[in-house]
Amino acid sequence: MLVSDFGRIGFDPFLEMRRMQQELNQRLSGMTTKAAQEFPPINLWMGEDSVAVTAELPGIAPDDVDLTVRENTLTLTGERGSPAEGEKCVWHRRERVYGNFSRTVQLPFRVDPEQVEARFANGLLEVELHRPETDRPKKIQIKG
Amino acid sequence: MAQELKTTERRAPSKLDGGERTQSRPVLVPRTDIYETEDNVVLLVDMPGVASEGVDITLEKRTLAICGYATAQHHENYRQIYAEYGAGNYERVFTLSEDIDRDSIEASQKNGVLRLVLPKAAPAKARKIQLKMA
Repeated sequence: MLVSDFGRIGFDPFLEMRRMQQELNQRLSGMTTKAAQEFPPINLWMGEDSVAVTAELPGIAPDDVDLTVRENTLTLTGERGSPAEGEKCVWHRRERVYGNFSRTVQLPFRVDPEQVEARFANGLLEVELHRPETDRPKKIQIKG
Repeated sequence: MAQELKTTERRAPSKLDGGERTQSRPVLVPRTDIYETEDNVVLLVDMPGVASEGVDITLEKRTLAICGYATAQHHENYRQIYAEYGAGNYERVFTLSEDIDRDSIEASQKNGVLRLVLPKAAPAKARKIQLKMA
């Protein structure tokens, strides 16, 4: 009726409004709390001459995580697959995140790539990194 | 803007009974995926830090309660300098909409994810009633 009449003459203000509304909705839909959270969440721990990084990686096998160390950065990459691929199913809730992830952490000092220990248990990754011997602060005695 | 929206969605304490807890550990709401296939309802619950011994599942009528007790982590000689997640126990309660065959529920815990397969109860079989001849 009204809309189609406008459509015939080449301009439809309602179509334009709907388009704008759609665009806005699309932008707002990405702003949920779930999308904003970085994956995986990490905690950093400081030791005397070492630093430990712990990350929550539930549902990921230890072989599916790649760890790389370069100077003072640690990078975690991997992929988390969708559980019900190929299966015909109806989703009730989808709160867990899927897909590729990559996180780079800047460490407070340069680390020795030869002295890295990584442990993985129950979906928790623990990486312990040590400071190279040559970089450690040296205590200087003051002569009296 | 996205930064501000990083709310404490997962840190919200669950209200199971409203009472105060004796343990001071925080209780988190685990992220859960639920999907339904033809025969089953499958739940996937993220509970990092929880070993298979620490999972407690109860089904009462249609209320499914999942509890996960994380094994305590000790970091000796380490102090925390940055945190994005907090360790704690997990608790979540669901009300199921379908009738579940209670005897064949399967649960497994792997890499910090609990997988719960709830088979749907077979629908009551239609019965044909024969008329007796007089």
